[in-house]
Parts: sequence; C-alpha cells; structure tokens
Amino acid sequence: MTDTTSDGPMLAADGTPLKKSLARALRLQKMRALMLIAPLLIFVLVSFIIPIVSMLMRSVENDIVVETLPLTVAELQSWDADSGELPDEPVYAAFVGDMVVAIDAKRHTRLGTRLNYEQTGMSSLFRKSGRKIKRMDPAADAPFKDKLIDVDKKWGDVETWRVIKTHSPRVTNGYFLNAVDMRRTPEGAQSQPEDKRILVKLFVRTLIMSLIITGSCILLGYPVAWILANLPMRTANILMILVLLPFWTSLLVRTSAWKVMLQQQGVINEFLVWLGMVADDSRLVMINNQTGTIIAMTHILLPFMILPMYSVMQTIQPTYLRAAKSMGATNWTAFWRVYFPLSIPGIGAGSILVFILAIGYYITPEIVGGTKGVFISNRIAYHISSSLNWGLAAALGTILLVVVLILYWAYDKIVGIDNVKLG
Amino acid sequence: MKFTKLTALAVTTALVAPAAIAQEMTIVSWGGAYTKSQKNAYHDPYSAKSGVTIINDDSSAEAVAKLRAMNEAGNVTWDVVDVVAADAIRLCDEGLAMEIDPDTMLAPAPDGTSAADDFGDLLVSDCFIPQIVYSTTFGYRTDLVGDTAPTSVCAVFDTDAYPGKRSLEKRPINNMEWALICDGVAKDDVYDVLATPEGQDKALAKLDTIKDDVIWWSAGADTPQLLADGEIVMGSTYNGRLFSVIEEQKQPVAMLWDAQVFDLDGWIIPAGLSDERKKQALDYIMFATDTQRLADQAKWISYGPARASSAPLVGKHAELGIDMAPHMPTDPNNAQNTFLYNYEFWADYRDDIDGKFQAWLAK
Repeated sequence: MTDTTSDGPMLAADGTPLKKSLARALRLQKMRALMLIAPLLIFVLVSFIIPIVSMLMRSVENDIVVETLPLTVAELQSWDADSGELPDEPVYAAFVGDMVVAIDAKRHTRLGTRLNYEQTGMSSLFRKSGRKIKRMDPAADAPFKDKLIDVDKKWGDVETWRVIKTHSPRVTNGYFLNAVDMRRTPEGAQSQPEDKRILVKLFVRTLIMSLIITGSCILLGYPVAWILANLPMRTANILMILVLLPFWTSLLVRTSAWKVMLQQQGVINEFLVWLGMVADDSRLVMINNQTGTIIAMTHILLPFMILPMYSVMQTIQPTYLRAAKSMGATNWTAFWRVYFPLSIPGIGAGSILVFILAIGYYITPEIVGGTKGVFISNRIAYHISSSLNWGLAAALGTILLVVVLILYWAYDKIVGIDNVKLG
Repeated sequence: MKFTKLTALAVTTALVAPAAIAQEMTIVSWGGAYTKSQKNAYHDPYSAKSGVTIINDDSSAEAVAKLRAMNEAGNVTWDVVDVVAADAIRLCDEGLAMEIDPDTMLAPAPDGTSAADDFGDLLVSDCFIPQIVYSTTFGYRTDLVGDTAPTSVCAVFDTDAYPGKRSLEKRPINNMEWALICDGVAKDDVYDVLATPEGQDKALAKLDTIKDDVIWWSAGADTPQLLADGEIVMGSTYNGRLFSVIEEQKQPVAMLWDAQVFDLDGWIIPAGLSDERKKQALDYIMFATDTQRLADQAKWISYGPARASSAPLVGKHAELGIDMAPHMPTDPNNAQNTFLYNYEFWADYRDDIDGKFQAWLAK
C-alpha cells in the first residue's frame, strides 16, 4: 500500500522504475517480433527492392562513356560542338590513349554498342577502329588526327564527336527522352523524326486497352460472382472449380487455345460459316489485332476479378435485399440501391488487380496482338532481351511505374482505398 | 531437433554441391527438335566418352540478356551456350563471351585442313564457333496457290496472283531485303540502298503494299502452325521447321528456296568461367564441333553442317530414312539464289531501322 501513496516513480520488483522496466520488456518483445520477420524482410529487401531500384537507376546512369574515354571527355570539354569544326589534335591523342587501354580491357565495343543507340554506325566504327588502333603506340605515333581519319573517315565527321560529347555526362536524361519519343542533342531535347515515334502511342494504347479489359472483366465477372455467392455451398464449390480451372492452366496454353478459336480458319469462324451467318470469303478477323488481345486477356484475367467480388458478395446478408423488397422496392431498386453499393469494394479490389496486371502483360499481346494490339511491355521486353538497351527499358519501366502510382493515387482520391476489400 | 537436422541437411547439400559441378555441364540451346538433334549427335556420345552429365537448358532465346545479368551478378551458371551469330557478335562486343582461337581450340578436319580454313568465312566473330547453316525462307500451301506454284520470292508481294494471307517475321531483318529485291534493287546493292533513309522508306513502301495481308510472327513455330491450319498461303520461317511440316507431318506444303537468307547458329563459351569449367567447356567444344559430329547432327534435323569437310558425310535421316542432302539449304539445287545475313550491317542499323519498322507497323 505504501507504493501507491509515495510520490516517487512506481518501481518494479527489482527496484527499477516500472515505466523503464515495461519499456524494456516491450522493446525485447518488439525485437523478438522483428527477428521473426527479419528473414522475410531481408528477403524482400535483397530479392525485390534492391534489384528494382538498381534497375530503375539504369535509366539515368551513363558511366560508360566517361569511364572508357576519360581523357577524351576531359579534352572535349574545351571543344565547341556547335563550331562546325573538328576537335584539335589533343582530343585525337587523348582518344588513342583511351582506346589503347579500353581495347586491352575489351571495353571499346561495349561503348560502341552504347553509342550506336544514339547514332547508327557507332558499333562497327568502334569495332573496326579497335582492330587498327590496337597497333598504335600513344607515345610514339603522334600526331593522330590524320591517322584516325585514315582509319575511318567518320573520325573526320563532326557529328561523331558531337555524339560522344553529348552523351558523356555520368547522369543522363537521354534514356527518358528516348522513352517519350525525343532525343538528346547538343542543342537540347528534340523530338524524334516522325517515322520513329512509337513509344508514346504505345503508352496510351496500353492504358486504354487495360481499361477496356478491366471493364469487360467487370461486366463478365459480376454476374458470375453473384451466382457463385448466391448458390448453395455445394453447387458453388463445383462452379468455383470451373472458374479456377483455367487459372491453373499454363498461360501459354490458354493463349494458344484462343488462337485456334479465333483465327480465320478457326473454330468460331468455321461455325459461323457453317451456320451461314458469315460468307466464306469474308471471315471475321478476330485475332492478331486489338480484338484478339482484349478477348484473350479478359479471359486470362477474369479469375482475378471474380475471386475478390465473390468473397465480398458472400458477406452481403440476403436479409438486406428481403428487407428492401418488404418495404416495396422492385427487384431492380433493391439490387441497385442496396446490393450493388455493398459489392463495390469487391469491384474496386478486382479492378485494381486486373488493371495493374494488364498494364504489365506482354506474352499474350505478343502472341495474339499482331501489330495493333501490342503493349508498351512488349517494347520493354524487346529492349531487355533483344536490343540490350537496358537504359531505355529502365526508363520505360520507370514511366510505367509512375503512371500506375498516379492512377492508384487518383483511385484513392475518387473511390477511396479503404473501400477496397479482398473478402 | 528438427531445426538442427534441417540445418545439417542444408549445410551438407551446400558442401556437396560444388564438388558435383565438375561432373556436370549446363548446355543452353533452343529446345525442341533442335536440342534433341544435339543430344543425339553431341551430348550422348560425349557423356559416354567422358562421364560428364549434361544438363540441357532451353534458354537460347533470352541468352544474351540472361548472360549479361549473370555476368553482372558474378555468377555464370552456364558452360556452353548455343546462339545465332548475330547474338554471338553482340556477346563478344559486350565482353560476355570468351574469344576462341580456332587453331588450338577446334579440331582440324580429318584430311588435316585447319579448323580456321574448314569453317572459312563462317567464323564471323572472334567468340563464335559455327555449328549449322540454316536459312530463313518461304513455305507455301500447294493446295492454295492454284496451278502455278511460286518460284520467286516476289510471289510474296504479288497478292493478285497469290491471294490470301502471308506470314512474315515481326522484325525488319530479311523483310527489308526481300522488299528491296522485289522492288527492283539488284541483290548486290541491297545493303547500300538500305543504308540510306530513302532506301529504308522504299522498302517500307513496298511492304506497305501487302501490310493488310500479313500476319506477323515472333516465334519460329508460328508459320508452320499457320500453314498447317491453312490460315496463310505462304510464310517465312526457318527451313528446319518447314522440313518437319513437309516430311514429318506430311502437310501439303512445299519449299520456296528462292532468295533464302543464310544464317549461322553455333556455340559460345561465356566469359568468366573458372579454369576448371573452362577446360571442360573447351573439351566439349573440341569434341562436338569436329567433322563427324557436325555431319551427325544433320541426321536429325535439316540444317547444313558449318564445316566444309562435313558436307560429304551427310547421310539419311535417322528416323525417316530419307536422304537429307536435298533438304539442306546449302544443297546446290536449293542454293541457286541466296544471300548471307549481313551481320556488320545489322549490328549498326538494327536499332535505327527497328525503330522505324515498329513505328510503321503500329501505324
């Protein structure tokens, strides 16, 4: 009883203040909890966040020019790219010095590949010049200006040096400019020539088509989810398997199956011709275009829409509808004013899932999209695996990520993210 | 107790695994019939001879990107990789493939000709060991072309004589060349013309005349499937794929060898292997690219061996029992009008022309 009446801090059994002792116990508990999730945390950090950040960093990284040609880049600082005149001998001498080192480390061809993204012909210029410069001696063979122009006349072209100078900074906006159909030039950012503009168009197309796919998933998924939620458990479970079965089938198999269905000699066209609804010489074109992509992707993404809708609808009490009807609502009013608003969280969750998955899809558009139905992800895949222009791919990926985040933010403002339920 | 047992198991596995590597090799290739032909002609005899287990990885389509990622991570898990020549050149440029000295690392021909001479011009990169010559060419449906079967590649652009869809690869390479040839450019001038913006526009304008009739493919299996379904009247693909449609599946399809584009496929050894694995990989390469082995592969798939000395040894198909020589792209009857993929040109112009081509496709 003395403890409660004294003015000093409350003490624990061992004499330390209770507050401190409690804090220590809690800290220990938190530490233990942290230790328990540490493997997961480290795993996510190492296998997910760090790689993504380092990949995104590539969109601005441009160390390769200055690291391969350090002396040349330094010498080029004093050269006026707009003068229309070739750089002087020190630049050429520095270049040969840099190249001899780079050839030894086999780095010059990598630089050629990098610069070839900006100026056609750089790849072979560096590869061919490398073979000849290898035999030069930076100390004894000066002067180099005429020799280099002899090696390849492109070294006597102002444009070659302008490209090297323009793309020499360690941090570049060049990839981002390329990603929005522009390019970096000594005079600043400029639009790509009209016959090479494609990426902005693809971004817009990706967004519009993903929205259409999300919309068709809602239209098709809502009735299915409603039936599933309102049938007796036994029947619902059997129907559920029908929803999940395609989900377990390989993506490629499902996409290829659509090819067989939709092509001009395919199942649907054959059937329509047999019925006489379509003439044999004017069969419907349903694949290798946007229609094909929308149909196939709607089918593939449908389970992601149905499942959250279903789990939300299951929680809606049937008594609400009965109550509405007992108070005189028609079937439609009862649905529209009572049931539908309650099911919106499911639609919201499904839409986010489907839209975000759709925006990054590339296998299905590649197979059934033809030319008009491909997405921006197809170009990202091309630059990652085929052209090896990872900088541009990273810039495209970053833009896509930012667009998704903006849409997510807008969604939160309009619908409210608290309003999303997965069940 | 359970925990310690698991840990002990994990530790032992980790300790045992590296020791096993010396007896195993990971060889990367294209999968399907092609890997099967390599298994029969190279892997099985090599395993029997050396006791090395060969693990097949069907990743060649993404080999360049994957090798670059492995190299940056400092953990190259592949020992020998099968790539097309254009990819080999890029891997070599990027410093991702090891340079090969044909005189010391490859076997000479049986008559003593050096490997460098035996492969000849096909050694298109310092890192590349050619294996086969394949061609990209056209196949057509014999029942859909009417009475006059096409004999020239320009039939592809003639929608009046040969109505119906045709399939072309969804990339500029080869298509631009064919378009120019059929637009009246002489074969020898094709790349000079294609190097100019006007020439590129000319090629795209020619392709524009059939744009509505083209199905664009990106996987080698697309054209054979489209032909078999009667979805297209003619289409480009690799000659080996057409061989299996014609001879193995007996579809009403025939080859149009005119203006076929020769391309090469072969091995590279990744840069940065440990000495032990490098030695192993080189031992495999020495064995698998000798004259007899290259000729053996042609028993299983209709691609021409890359060595001059292998050609006379090409025999019959191991399962179908038909003569393989007439199905080789290099057979004199088939090779009357051909051209070789211009690696140098496309290494320079690929990014530029591909940009234009894709923009044109999307229009």
